Amino acid sequence: MWRRLKALIVKELLAVLRDPRARMVLIVPPLLQIFVFSYAATLDITNIDIAVLNRDSGRWSAEVLQRLDGAPAFRSITPLSRIEDIRDAIDNRKSVAVLHFLPDFSRQVTAGQPGGIQVILDGRRSNASQIVLGYLNAIATDVSSSIMLEKAGAGALSDAARAPLAVRHWFNPNLTYLWFTVPGLIGTLGLLISLVVTGQSVARERELGTFDQLMVSPLRTGEILAGKLAPPLIIGMAQATAMLLVAVFFFEVPLRGSLALLYLGVFFFLASAVGVGLFISSLAQTQQQAFLGTFLFISPAILLSGFATPIENMPGWLQTVTLINPLRHVLVILRGVFLRGMPSADVMANIVPLILIAMVTLTVSAWLFRRSVQ
Amino acid sequence: MTDAAVPPPAATTAEMDNVAESGRLRRFMALLVKEAVQIVRDPSSILIAFVLPLILLFLFGYGVSLDANAVKIGVAVEASSEPAESLSAAFRASRFFDVTLARDRRALEPLMVAGKIHGIVVIPAEFSENAAKELRSARIQVLTDGSDPNTAKFVENYAQGVWSNWAAQRLPGGRAPQAVSLEPRFWFNPELRSRYFLVPGCIAIVMTLVGTLLTALVVAREWERGTMEAMMATPISTMELLLGKLIPYFVLGLAAMALCTALGVFLFEVPLRGSFLALLMISSAFLLPALGQGLLISAATKNQFVASQAALMSGFLPAFLLSGFIFEIPSMPKVIQIVTYIVPARYLIPSLQTVFLAGDIWPFFFHNIAIMLGIGAVFLVLASRTTRKSLE
Repeated sequence: MWRRLKALIVKELLAVLRDPRARMVLIVPPLLQIFVFSYAATLDITNIDIAVLNRDSGRWSAEVLQRLDGAPAFRSITPLSRIEDIRDAIDNRKSVAVLHFLPDFSRQVTAGQPGGIQVILDGRRSNASQIVLGYLNAIATDVSSSIMLEKAGAGALSDAARAPLAVRHWFNPNLTYLWFTVPGLIGTLGLLISLVVTGQSVARERELGTFDQLMVSPLRTGEILAGKLAPPLIIGMAQATAMLLVAVFFFEVPLRGSLALLYLGVFFFLASAVGVGLFISSLAQTQQQAFLGTFLFISPAILLSGFATPIENMPGWLQTVTLINPLRHVLVILRGVFLRGMPSADVMANIVPLILIAMVTLTVSAWLFRRSVQ
Repeated sequence: MTDAAVPPPAATTAEMDNVAESGRLRRFMALLVKEAVQIVRDPSSILIAFVLPLILLFLFGYGVSLDANAVKIGVAVEASSEPAESLSAAFRASRFFDVTLARDRRALEPLMVAGKIHGIVVIPAEFSENAAKELRSARIQVLTDGSDPNTAKFVENYAQGVWSNWAAQRLPGGRAPQAVSLEPRFWFNPELRSRYFLVPGCIAIVMTLVGTLLTALVVAREWERGTMEAMMATPISTMELLLGKLIPYFVLGLAAMALCTALGVFLFEVPLRGSFLALLMISSAFLLPALGQGLLISAATKNQFVASQAALMSGFLPAFLLSGFIFEIPSMPKVIQIVTYIVPARYLIPSLQTVFLAGDIWPFFFHNIAIMLGIGAVFLVLASRTTRKSLE
């Protein structure tokens, strides 16, 4: 039985890797992607273009402008001369935000009335504009406290100026965004490749009619399934290894937890992904259907994995739905083991659902395959 | 026609031209009908053009949100005094936090390692003593889970907010007004609903799928099966053949766009402040490069598997990640910013967001439409060249 299985696995691997272009597709793009998307998928907001309409000639608007100039997040600060320019700057997306100082701004500040700066933000980019407003607020607070210091004389407010909150960011002291993105991409790209290889291998045989031959051969359904399971698992593990090396040595993401636990998690994740892939293939009649079915699964799977947006922000019932998503569990493992050095009990708690998903999908696909020949 | 000796009767030539012209037109119409029937018969095109948009819109509309709310944190009250209790109550009362309470930070640390909480606020033992002397100098500690930088910043900012509010309430005279304050106004989306920018983004994704992915896949299958060669052996010209493929998918793409727009406007109440004409023009301009890319991929690969991968990598993922849909382009490194210039979705998404939320800003639209048409022309020329060459 072992020899038979081995022959089958070799055949399956050959079927996937024989075509040099298919081989290319499996190796080059995922590596390219981990570089491109690691840098692209950042929710950091930098290089911001803003504009200023300063109708005040006093010193306090100048003071605010000077601080804006010094802030590293802003790439350009365009001076505007007329109120009508605000519309042009925002409408045509030249600036995310426009600061508008009214003519009596400095006078009000000097007189002790609260001086307001109008800030017009582009609500089309609601996420970016909120973060920009946060930066601007910090600058306003900063200027405010120097104004108050100046008015009250140095000593009075020194206590207030001292930060009462001691903030420390564990695991990632500088909040490097790449440390968050890269482990996530290992899971996401792993899902992509394993689903695609699986969906492809069964559906192509179906389309060509060789799958029926396989089913009527002396091989048992379990063996055929194992034969189909092996190539995507092997390719997936190889790819995950390559991406791990890139993550650790190129992006220098600290790997604080156990490598063995990480591999265990990735293995069961790939098994569950292949299970899903086989399930989709068992329903599809053609390659095209298999591919589109895979796609129909992948898009929600990425959206509901916590890859880009936190699961906790989703409504409760949707959070429950995410439990059947293998990517969700492996992202917890990857991010946890990489940065937080997650202990084995916590890793196991996330591997168990992966095993369950793999078992259910594999059993159902085996049943569907058997039924399809009868 | 330089043969002056025997000038052919002019009327006859025109007639013959006419016959040839009408024959060509009839042939082309027949081709279009054939392609359209193929789409309608194929369940997978309906799946991609109509079912997937429903799923995506539904997820974007109800599920996925960048607006964080109620982040899980732990509060370790190691001090026992009235101010410590009151500060911990302030954290528990905040709608931005979902608090797990403990007496000792060591009880909370494993939860943070496991990823169950995203931050720990420590009210240390010396807090009571310091608070009794002077409230302002009573320090608390905030530990965040930096493995998720966004949430870490959120925890930091809102913990700061909770603390300042609490301190202001307890200080004599309350909080002093800030000398300089900001009066923010968010144009186009005053309530900052993230679905307002997710729905236009979703339309872009769906049109990329129909244009690039579906086209690449379907046409690659024809190459694989040899039906493409069979078609090329007929009197149909390469251009007609490509147009015959293009037009039905163009219509399908617009239909998917219309479905998304209708759902976005009526179900999710996203405003459509611009004109339908502008929306149609922008979408049509985008479909050209999307379809051109799909045709190019299929002609260059002639293999469903390779085509599907190429379409995924060069069409779908860039439309998602390199278009400014979720991730801001100016924040990316320079090299990647340059790559985004050849991603058609980069021009589509801001235009769609504008037509939905801001209205008709024609100079902005024309600029983007021109670039999309330019990229489309390049793709189409490449596609028709590759198709012609592959026959030789």
